[in-house]
Amino acid sequence: MATSMMPNALDLLRFLPEVILAFFAIAIMLWESSYDDHGTRPGMPTLALIGLALAAVASMIAGDNPGSAFHDMLVVDSFATFFRLLVLGVGALTVLTASPFLRKLNAEGGEFYSLLLLSILGQSLMAASNELIMVFIGLEISSISSYVLAGYLRDDKRSNESALKYFLLGSFATGFFLYGIAWIFGLTGATNFTRIAAVLGNPDIAPDLVFTSIAAALILVGLCFKISAFPFQSWAPDVYQGAPTPVSAFLSAAPKAAAFAILLRIFFIAFEPLSDRWLPLLGAVALLTMIVGNFAALWQTDIKRLLGYSAIANAGYILVAVAAHSSLGVSAVLFYLAAYSLMNAGAFAVLSMRPETAIEDYNGLAARQPATAALMTVFVASLIGLPLTAGFFGKFYIFKSAIDAELYWLAALGLLSSAVAAFYYVRILVAMYMKPVAADAPALEAPAASLQAVLWLSAAATIGFGVFPGWLLDWATRSSALLR
Amino acid sequence: MDLILFVIFAVLAVACAVSLVVQKHPIGSALSLIGVMGSLAILYLLLGAEFIAAVQLIVYAGAIMVLFVFVIMLLNTGAETATGRSWPSRLLGIPLITIFLGLLAFILQRMAPSMGMVRFGAFNTGAKEIGRSLFTTYLLPFEVTSVLVLIAILGAIVLARKEID
Repeated sequence: MATSMMPNALDLLRFLPEVILAFFAIAIMLWESSYDDHGTRPGMPTLALIGLALAAVASMIAGDNPGSAFHDMLVVDSFATFFRLLVLGVGALTVLTASPFLRKLNAEGGEFYSLLLLSILGQSLMAASNELIMVFIGLEISSISSYVLAGYLRDDKRSNESALKYFLLGSFATGFFLYGIAWIFGLTGATNFTRIAAVLGNPDIAPDLVFTSIAAALILVGLCFKISAFPFQSWAPDVYQGAPTPVSAFLSAAPKAAAFAILLRIFFIAFEPLSDRWLPLLGAVALLTMIVGNFAALWQTDIKRLLGYSAIANAGYILVAVAAHSSLGVSAVLFYLAAYSLMNAGAFAVLSMRPETAIEDYNGLAARQPATAALMTVFVASLIGLPLTAGFFGKFYIFKSAIDAELYWLAALGLLSSAVAAFYYVRILVAMYMKPVAADAPALEAPAASLQAVLWLSAAATIGFGVFPGWLLDWATRSSALLR
Repeated sequence: MDLILFVIFAVLAVACAVSLVVQKHPIGSALSLIGVMGSLAILYLLLGAEFIAAVQLIVYAGAIMVLFVFVIMLLNTGAETATGRSWPSRLLGIPLITIFLGLLAFILQRMAPSMGMVRFGAFNTGAKEIGRSLFTTYLLPFEVTSVLVLIAILGAIVLARKEID
């Protein structure tokens, strides 16, 4: 193949968001080291936010010039642009939440923001990758920086435990994923999604179904771990409970969204010829994930852990829309991921205000901090899926897509399990509004300005998309042209 | 000649891999791993992939093994102590391994006819061809891997610092 060495300008333009993120990650490190005094090193969150904003602009510009780049390694389409902007947005909310959180612990360091930006770089790369090698490198960039972020509070035992668990189990899952890639390459001689589909779809050259199934199963195991789907969900509550709270918010939204992006790309493009084989399996996984997440959450007394189980259940809802295998299903996935990222970031931002995480610690919050309690109510209402919140329309589109795909059993059982979910979410509301404050409750500080911004912004968006879902749904529908 | 060499080193690789798991002392496991890596390098050489063989030796048997041995020495680990197996592993261990090996044998036996053969020395891929494809088709993954290295350095700084300042 006579190919030129130099990438052309269009290649670079489509890769610009990642370049900007890498540039700012390095700039933050240099900026930090230019200060001698360890006490005051301002400006790092600002730099991170500027980087994320510029990367978002670059993603939009790249999205206006769709096409593939770097010898088909990347494909920039509306789907990739949606996910790039989503993970960048989650990143911005995380920076705003993390800055006051880390400052209170006297632990703000440039490494935190650099690692966060690099993790987002990996996720953005995953969203735009068009073949398995690129997916793998993006996944590793995203995962390894996430492991470090989970263990960022080095003096906290729980944070260490969280990082170690996440690292060991995550590497194990990555091993499965990589082994699956090797099988696929051995069977089809290709790593590019469309070329894999071409080989698998052609009965003359398609490899034996047994081998393809093994390869697809190995890849599915790796991905199920990353989205915390049953039976690979057990790490999620431990990791989210132990990680610094802003990091938990990030981990339960951004890496998961990127993993869903590649799940959709791999299964809806590369393994599309085998769809009648893996669809029933995905449906079963979705159902069990919802049930396990929702029922295990009923017994939790720690609110961070409860949100960890809720994250598992939410992955189950999203898998229902994946199993619907329709373009409506894909747009429901995108809509719900965006809605979930917002309400989840808001709920974790409330939790990041204080170190205590038991549900009893939130007794009587409404009397002490009425505004915070009201905002938390919005997020919890959205997680339950009450009307007038984004969560309602998210669940509505998911179950509508399942019913349209004639998956009545999945829709019915999913709705039932989300009714069960209401029980444990309501416990948070009961604690905040109906229980008296404990006599020895520690004093509460007013939330910092940037935290206020996160709370009000995500609450406004949660209600905004709950009342007028049209704009987000249009965007999600435009970005869901994966099935052709 | 090729076949004899292949059989010798394939058997050696498998034997070393088994010994890696069975060994009680970590240094013994590390030395067995060197045996696995070295035999694999010879197998690559037999296929004609001399570059991969050299990289296998330099990176795995050289760099990574040195790191392993360093860690073992720094942690000063002794022979592992048997902790007694739990009842599920005692009960299910042998049946599950038999099923796994049976499945593997079934798959290989089914794969053999459809999979075509590889000739010794079939891959004429030297450093030149690999370098060319690294800098053309696979330019982006190759370059992006540098981010991974950066993260490793950053992660080491975060996790190894004395205390949060």
